[in-house]
Amino acid sequence: MSAHSITEPSATTKWISGGLVVAYAVITLIPLLWIVATGFKTPADAISYPPKVVFDPTLEGYVNLFTTRTRVTPEQLEALPPPANFAEEIVRSYDMVIAGPSRFGERFLNSVIIGFGSTFLSVFLGTLAAYAFSRFKIPLKDDLLFFILSTRMMPPIAVAIPIFLMYRQLGLSDTHLGMILLYTAVNISLAVWLLKGFIDEIPREYEEAALIDGYTRFQAFVKVVLPQAATGIASTAIFCLIFAWNEYAFAVLLTSGTAQTAPPFIPTIIGVGGQDWPAVAAGATLFLLPVLIFTILLRKHLLRGITFGAVRK
Amino acid sequence: MTNSVITAAAKATPPTVARRIRGLSDRAIAWIFVAPTIFLLLAINIFPLIWTVQLSFTDYRANRLNREVEWVGLRNYERILTDDGIWMNMQATAHFLVWTIVFQVLIGFALAYLINKKFKGSALWTTIIVLPMMLSPAVVGNFWTFLYQPQIGLINYMVEFFTGIPASSFSMLGSVTLAPWAIVIVDTWMWTPFVMLICLAGLRSIPDYIYEAAEIDRASKWRQFWTITVPMVLPFLMLAVLFRGIENFKMFDLVVQLTGGGPGSITELASINLKREAFEKWRTGYSSAYAVILFVTIFGLASIYVKALNKVKAR
Repeated sequence: MSAHSITEPSATTKWISGGLVVAYAVITLIPLLWIVATGFKTPADAISYPPKVVFDPTLEGYVNLFTTRTRVTPEQLEALPPPANFAEEIVRSYDMVIAGPSRFGERFLNSVIIGFGSTFLSVFLGTLAAYAFSRFKIPLKDDLLFFILSTRMMPPIAVAIPIFLMYRQLGLSDTHLGMILLYTAVNISLAVWLLKGFIDEIPREYEEAALIDGYTRFQAFVKVVLPQAATGIASTAIFCLIFAWNEYAFAVLLTSGTAQTAPPFIPTIIGVGGQDWPAVAAGATLFLLPVLIFTILLRKHLLRGITFGAVRK
Repeated sequence: MTNSVITAAAKATPPTVARRIRGLSDRAIAWIFVAPTIFLLLAINIFPLIWTVQLSFTDYRANRLNREVEWVGLRNYERILTDDGIWMNMQATAHFLVWTIVFQVLIGFALAYLINKKFKGSALWTTIIVLPMMLSPAVVGNFWTFLYQPQIGLINYMVEFFTGIPASSFSMLGSVTLAPWAIVIVDTWMWTPFVMLICLAGLRSIPDYIYEAAEIDRASKWRQFWTITVPMVLPFLMLAVLFRGIENFKMFDLVVQLTGGGPGSITELASINLKREAFEKWRTGYSSAYAVILFVTIFGLASIYVKALNKVKAR
């Protein structure tokens, strides 16, 4: 289209549209920025009224997030050696000492293991299945594809009870492997459908040339199709990771200790007299960070990924 | 349901020219590649679903292993369908569902329409708008309880700032009239971008020549909007509504963290109530029947809806 096409909006239209969109974006951003800002407030600043927009930033929230602390008497405090780092310094000013790490680090690590584990597995299995569905004659192909899709309509709670019972029998409850398998099962429908869309777009002639050159079907898949599908695989992986990273219902129903991820944990961070909001905000900020980075890196594929699902479903 | 679409896609792929040359046969590869996915789905989706159905006819309780399990037939179903409390939960769910969809469709479509004007920096602002849907609903819900605090929260402060209603005079999450709207607001904030992205895809799928032809016919902008833009985007919009509808029907995490179903049980959506029955009261058989009813409802509504959607598409 040329710049002077009749479908090109006028400069005024662009200004008004831009203004409205920016206004909405700013409203959207306020709660997010508030989370980040609260993470750097003292508990007193966090709950002051009117809400403080300008404040002295402190890392107290982060220190409280990563440590458990115990109160000591002033005499005991006197007897201690001088604080070794800023964390101790902050804690000492409240007549406390650091007793050890909190469980946040552990929960965060669980999120990483389960999130990346299930993403890897769903993309791995999803790529294989998508390739087969894209290239081969499979009996009842349409029914199978629809069956795969329909599993996503299942409310987690409808299957949570038997999965709970089944996992208890198999010794999978509250284990990383159990959660990885579960999230893989939830994500695989998305992975197959997205990846089938991407693989359908790769011309078959490439593989056929490779087959004629003496490659086996499997070699052609690995050496020709996979590199071509790399961007599709990457964006599918990010969608799967975002889901597994943020999932709450299964995590709260099926895990209690060793395999619990961060989403059920962050809301339970308690301080003196209720939730310790700076620590909660610090936890939320750290937890949001990877997703924010991915979203920014992903922005070009975002529309494509979502609409592949939309157009083909 | 969507078989027509799938069949069309399948027919579009040409038959393989190159046959197997050496190594595994294509048929074997197809099986090896598809089998793990099917197996996983059978093990973790279908098998549990069948088990749920079976449990729904019993009075099994998952926290008492040594208890004699009795087959009770349809009694669980009968009790659920005649329970007034459950109809209240269904109403709460319907309220949540209808209003979130209304707001998300209106705002989401408007935003997509504006962004499609391709103003300078639109990509950046789109990325910002999309951020909330990438976050964890539970974490978001938890943090919004802070924003909604009557004495210290940002929302009450802003309401006081703009309208003069004293911030301490109302509590978004504590009031029976306001709490359902409080959850609608957060869900709209979080999921409008999803509707927006799908509408944007719809808008971008409209070829320019249609507008050019309309321009030559001297159709007004208003008329172009209603006769070209809206009908062309409608199938996309309806898909967005389908996805949001399914998601919000089974909504759990956001609302659990925001209100926990309260105050009283005014925001107790069906899935929250189900969780209570299953994992707090441990009435496994009863809650399995409840789960089956919910699943059948989602599936039924979605099927009817998809039929309507296919009609719109075929037009």
